[in-house]
Amino acid sequence: METIKITIDNKQVEVEKGTTILDAARKMGIEIPTLCHMRLDDLNIENKPGGCRICVVEVQGRKNLSPACITKCDNGSVIRTHTPRVMNARRTVMEFILSDHPKDCLICPKSGTCDLQNMAHRLGIREIPGQEIAEMSTYRKDTSPSIIRELDKCIMCRRCEMMCNDVQTVGAIGAFNRGFMAAVGPAYEQNLEYSPCTYCGQCVAVCPTGALTEVDHTRDVLRAIVDPAKTVVVQTAPAVRAALGEEFGMKPGTLVTGKLVTALRELGFDYVFDTDFAADLTIMEEGTEFLTRLKKFLNGDKNANIPILTSCCPGWVNFFEHNYPDLKDVPSTAKSPQQMFGAIAKSYFADKININRKDMVVVSIMPCLAKKYESQRPEFSVDGNPDVDFSISTRELANFIRQANIDFVNLPESDFDRPLGESTGAAVIFGNTGGVIEAAVRTAYELYTGKKLNRLDFTELRGMEGVRQATIDFDGFPLNIGIAHGLGNARKLLDEVKAGRSNFHAIEVMACPGGCIGGGGQPLHHGDSSILKARAMAIYEEDRNKPIRVSHENPYILQLYKEYLGEPNSEKAHHLLHTHYFDRKAKIVVKQ
Amino acid sequence: MSKFRMHLLVCGGTGCRAAESSLILESLKRELEEKGLGNEVQVIMTGCFGFCEKGPVVKVMPDNTFYVQVKPEDAAVIVAEHVIKGRPVQRLLYVDPKSKEHVPDSKHMGFYRKQIRIALRNCGFINPENIDEYIAREGYAALGKCISELTPADVIDSIKKSGLRGRGGAGFPTGLKWEIASKNKADQKYVVCNADEGDPGAFMDRSVLEGDPHSILEAMAICGYAIGASKGLIYIRAEYPLAIQRLKIALGQAREYGLLGKNIFGSDFSFDIELRYGAGAFVCGEETALIHSMEGMRGEPTNKPPFPAESGFLGKPSNVNNVETFASVPVIISKGWEWFSSIGTEKSKGTKVFALAGKINNVGLIEVPMGTTLREIIFEIGGGIKNGKKFKAVQTGGPSGGCLTEKHLDTPIDFDNLVAAGSMMGSGGMIVMDEDDCMVSIAKFFLEFTVEESCGKCAPCRIGNKRLHELLTHITKGNGTMADLDRLKNMCNVIKDTSLCGLGQTSPNPVLSTLNNFMDEYVAHVTEKRCPAGSCRELMKYSIIVDKCVGCTACARGCPVNAISGERKGPHFIDQEKCIKCGACFEKCKFGAVLIN
Repeated sequence: METIKITIDNKQVEVEKGTTILDAARKMGIEIPTLCHMRLDDLNIENKPGGCRICVVEVQGRKNLSPACITKCDNGSVIRTHTPRVMNARRTVMEFILSDHPKDCLICPKSGTCDLQNMAHRLGIREIPGQEIAEMSTYRKDTSPSIIRELDKCIMCRRCEMMCNDVQTVGAIGAFNRGFMAAVGPAYEQNLEYSPCTYCGQCVAVCPTGALTEVDHTRDVLRAIVDPAKTVVVQTAPAVRAALGEEFGMKPGTLVTGKLVTALRELGFDYVFDTDFAADLTIMEEGTEFLTRLKKFLNGDKNANIPILTSCCPGWVNFFEHNYPDLKDVPSTAKSPQQMFGAIAKSYFADKININRKDMVVVSIMPCLAKKYESQRPEFSVDGNPDVDFSISTRELANFIRQANIDFVNLPESDFDRPLGESTGAAVIFGNTGGVIEAAVRTAYELYTGKKLNRLDFTELRGMEGVRQATIDFDGFPLNIGIAHGLGNARKLLDEVKAGRSNFHAIEVMACPGGCIGGGGQPLHHGDSSILKARAMAIYEEDRNKPIRVSHENPYILQLYKEYLGEPNSEKAHHLLHTHYFDRKAKIVVKQ
Repeated sequence: MSKFRMHLLVCGGTGCRAAESSLILESLKRELEEKGLGNEVQVIMTGCFGFCEKGPVVKVMPDNTFYVQVKPEDAAVIVAEHVIKGRPVQRLLYVDPKSKEHVPDSKHMGFYRKQIRIALRNCGFINPENIDEYIAREGYAALGKCISELTPADVIDSIKKSGLRGRGGAGFPTGLKWEIASKNKADQKYVVCNADEGDPGAFMDRSVLEGDPHSILEAMAICGYAIGASKGLIYIRAEYPLAIQRLKIALGQAREYGLLGKNIFGSDFSFDIELRYGAGAFVCGEETALIHSMEGMRGEPTNKPPFPAESGFLGKPSNVNNVETFASVPVIISKGWEWFSSIGTEKSKGTKVFALAGKINNVGLIEVPMGTTLREIIFEIGGGIKNGKKFKAVQTGGPSGGCLTEKHLDTPIDFDNLVAAGSMMGSGGMIVMDEDDCMVSIAKFFLEFTVEESCGKCAPCRIGNKRLHELLTHITKGNGTMADLDRLKNMCNVIKDTSLCGLGQTSPNPVLSTLNNFMDEYVAHVTEKRCPAGSCRELMKYSIIVDKCVGCTACARGCPVNAISGERKGPHFIDQEKCIKCGACFEKCKFGAVLIN
């Protein structure tokens, strides 16, 4: 490692060659303010267009100020980060940015978590000179099933564009217009709905302002709760319990399952259930489907559709429907846990408590924005009545709890209702990248070999590497598994499958970096990847603490099959728990 | 090749073509055919002569007779008198404004006397669509010399020693640029010609491409040989259809002659060129933005380093030079660097092409040695200010240059002197202003362009320039304060200091230079609510001098908003509330009774 010596604010430091001024300063404990820059270290994600010019510093010998985020240190560089010239420039540029930003912070959904608001406060901006003659760049508001775009608030940091294009390779949005009217959106300023957007929500997860936010369904949920004619059932996804606490100041990685259940009861939900139950169900269905296909494959059937692709992630489903419609028979036909839950709640459970499905409202709490869209898909409803009525994100739930003045941190813990609240450790790990396939392996191994597993932690399937592969010994048969998180990584695996170069038997894909724990509906990470890692650890901790850790041992699942479904992949199971996919390439409208 | 006793050169530059010079070409051909002279006299459409003010231009060779403001119907008299009888047509000759005498040839015209044509050496001499004419004027000899006699290092050495600096604006030493690109090892390198000329009113590069396309192809091949590149790309704006057409013809001819393609001159050097079209964004003249545009990405600049010489087109080392820079290269090789470096000033060698425009008598394209003074350009070549008005300022360097004044007139123009004076060379736009021009409005005018052309990537340029423009508008409406002037200056300095690329780093120049040189005008706008040049409409007040008014009612009848009242044969009055300051009354009054202040 070649090192160089530099001086920042009169202090000497030795850094690795190629280090940026921003990183070198950070190493010395000097936090240079940045706005557009964002980096998720362990995920190899970095946004550094050098566009906001807030991080400018003085480098001796250079005529102009240099942006710290993209300027590499030279040997002997003398850098000053807070001279009057630098501070004046920073303030003036910040005034420019604010002069073209709405001032309705009081009612902005991002208020309190807005990077721009924080920066204005940090730089002590108390007035914006010339505001009275300053024109604002305004755009029409666009609402889609999951995401609201309010580009008046866009500051051209380009984080969303980087996520959508470089990380996800979705290409739904990019910079349009020039100069003052430049902003980021779909081609020809089309609605997001007609773009190839997968609603993964990673744009929302990184937006520093209120330009990109989720569609807020909490008021719909409240309306259902106060309606005496409705029985309101709530399900909550695994990743929510590992992140919700952050919204209330708890340390990242704090598990809040018990408090979450209590809070949901206090909010007035009639039944508090767990999506994890449906995750166990997914393993039964998808695992069985996989073993059926695998047997065909091993018997030489070329149409066995191996590798099987997981189908729990709605962003991923949207992605392959848009980009790989020719492969639409390859993913598992099993519905996602959210939809399996809705289907079972409005049939099996509605029958059990003796109500009509129309009088039941199913709400899901999800780390995800694509789930909103998924719940609105027409194939997931019966006579116009959706299996899942409303899907709200972790952030929306946190707001809901705050509005109800529930003291979340000090809530007592309680347990989910039965029967749809019982789950295993295998279901919990659905929240992490690699988790679905690990859960499937635990069950598939025992079903395939007829032997009991002697270990349950398949650490070779875990981690933050974008594309991972592992071979699991299925009692002599080497089962090849591929894992991708982030749609760009998924594309790499899919292209291999399409080209016939893949030797995988099963592939797990999650649209969001890190899996559901890094979902578009989670508390904002503000570019701190240690938060994602802490959530992942919490998920594995929950798994370890569960008395039952394989899906096919969940007694309520066994009961469900016994009482209602028969056996996995039965006709009834197919009817309720499986779906089919569409070629949606043509639905993308480039220009209307 | 047939021989002709006489050549009639018709200017095919943009201005002359707009004035129907192609009809002149046709008429001349027709006349010659009718008189049976088709085999004796050849009519050619050439590139730009530069003297656009007096276009369309027709030159008769070898007599060197220079006809100006020719009309298609003049073809008959030119053929009958000059071609057949050898008598120049006096009435079509240029008239010297001072001596009032007819000037028979261009050498003796004030416009051409101080010019030295290096980049424009073939413009107005050859048919740009005929490679043989280029070759006849030593074309491709320099490429031949490079390949057969010089090593790539020799070529770079010659360019370095010649002192040639980039003509696109920043003036980076060309030889050094080539050297850096040559040292970066890669399996593929590119030579890129920046033909994205975007300054309003500038047409230097366009004229070279339209008038002498082969010189660019030759220079790019020389550059390819020097840096070890086998591919060239010309990034040209699609609004230059004629230049594109001529480049395509030139490329076809050069390939046919084996001057482009595989194993040029039988050597192992291969080089070919492709055209890439731009959509006319000014920022795409910035080399990183240009490269992104060629790659099919949004035309936005990225931070440098890395410079294109290290990582350019498709991530490969690329050498980007402007058209005019390339145009000088072949002559430097054939005539030697010593010759080139003998022209110009100590740090700026050779010549520079300027597009003269504004309130000047001789609008057009000129090429002068570095070190020529602004006075020589404006008053000798340019023929002084239009309508005998007083010179006030000259804007050099296009919309991001600065306004220079009387006190800079005797400064020898070169890269460094212009920067020192608060302006820049830019690509060579030169706009002259007279006493009627309000300098606040001028600054506003140039800023309007940069606001429009900012790509929007970085905040200071995207928003800051817009705010500058708004504040200038505020001031020209008489709403500004002295504090606004301080704010204006601070905004300018911060935009310059923090913007990502050259566009934002220079866009406040017109404001800063006018603030420096014409502070009194700004102060008059804000403190007295007065525009000294009388051009800011909101600050004007029209009134009628009672003593001079005869009551003819012409003003009242001409007023579009009925703001003027008065009895016939009695004095008239203007209602200031109603007046929209259109100036109609001033135009109508024959007695000088309408006063503007």
